[in-house]
Amino acid sequence: MSNYRGVHDIGGVPAGEVVPSEHDYALWEKRVDAMMVLLSKKGLMTVDELRRNIESLGADAYDEMSYYERWVYAIAQTLIQRGVISIDELGRRISAVQARSDDGT
Amino acid sequence: MTVRQAYPIGHVRTPYYIRGKSGVIERFCGTYANPEELAYARPGLPKQPLYRVRFRQADIWRDYRGQDGDTVDLEIYQHWLESA
Amino acid sequence: MTERHQHEQGVPHRHPLRPDQDDTLTYWRAMEIALRELLIEKRLTSADEVRREVEAMDNRSPVDGARVVARAWTDPQYQQLLLMDANAACEALGLERGLYKLIVVENTDQVHNVVVCTLCSCYPRFLLGLPPDWYKSRNYRSRMVNSPREVLREFGTVVPDDVVVRVHDSNADMRYLVLPRRPAGTDDWSEEQLAELVTRDAMIGVTFAAEP
Repeated sequence: MSNYRGVHDIGGVPAGEVVPSEHDYALWEKRVDAMMVLLSKKGLMTVDELRRNIESLGADAYDEMSYYERWVYAIAQTLIQRGVISIDELGRRISAVQARSDDGT
Repeated sequence: MTVRQAYPIGHVRTPYYIRGKSGVIERFCGTYANPEELAYARPGLPKQPLYRVRFRQADIWRDYRGQDGDTVDLEIYQHWLESA
Repeated sequence: MTERHQHEQGVPHRHPLRPDQDDTLTYWRAMEIALRELLIEKRLTSADEVRREVEAMDNRSPVDGARVVARAWTDPQYQQLLLMDANAACEALGLERGLYKLIVVENTDQVHNVVVCTLCSCYPRFLLGLPPDWYKSRNYRSRMVNSPREVLREFGTVVPDDVVVRVHDSNADMRYLVLPRRPAGTDDWSEEQLAELVTRDAMIGVTFAAEP
């Protein structure tokens, strides 16, 4: 039985050559970032809660989700944990957003 | 100073690779709310002293391929440090 | 949407195309919209606040960090302040003070500094803007800490054997900026001219300042 090591805790783990990738951040990514900054300024969540929830992702999800996908997931988790939003209203609102998009509006 | 060799679950800012390793304090950074508590929406008080500790690469990695003088600096909270 | 191209600050030829997800409503994008709407309805934020935060983000770039470095190169007293109290030094130039304590580490003929965050992606955003993808990548985070000379070479940076490589794992409450060495042959250069040589990557420590 080996010691617990978080999926994010990767210093020194064998890995490949650094691919010098970059992209211009999309608006939705910046909005996720902005949401985190605002929630943190307002005392509605801490960066450590964000990190804790990201670190709780399974290894596959941690690797496969994009950076801001992990963030939006962790923000939602934290807001549910803190009782700021409920699972029910989040689920309903996501469905409503998707339905609006299907309507082409 | 030596970083405690401990492996709890939860949100910890002491990287796995540095646990159990010894280095020297480079500077005192001030006191900060404990991230291990902040991560669970608790206040993280009392604040923890935070130090920058300098480690010799050759002391961390058995097969380090750089030069003897190469180092890595990390920030370690006091509750993770013990006298070497 | 206006996007700032940072070729002049970063390294050219490193710009893989990615589909702009703004056009596709993925599940996670729908969640971002849902969360934003719910927070606005609960009056915990407003559309205007979010917009202003995004604008502030767009306005931060390595140009700010480069101003700090160029001033330090030309003003020894300022350099001393920068190394002692970097947040105050930023404020002195009319820049944001930053929410995190900033530590500036100086490259010399004996030491080369480089910054990584092995646990996540901590980065001096108030001086450099948002980090490049590679800084957040598994390969960089894993290997910079135990194979720094190899990784630096992948960036085309060869640190001589008699120069110490000092890695800074930005793992907790500090943020780091590298003060690169001033390139030779720039003695009569103005601060503004010098700032042009200070690239983002040099301030992370994966490259040297550009040669004149």
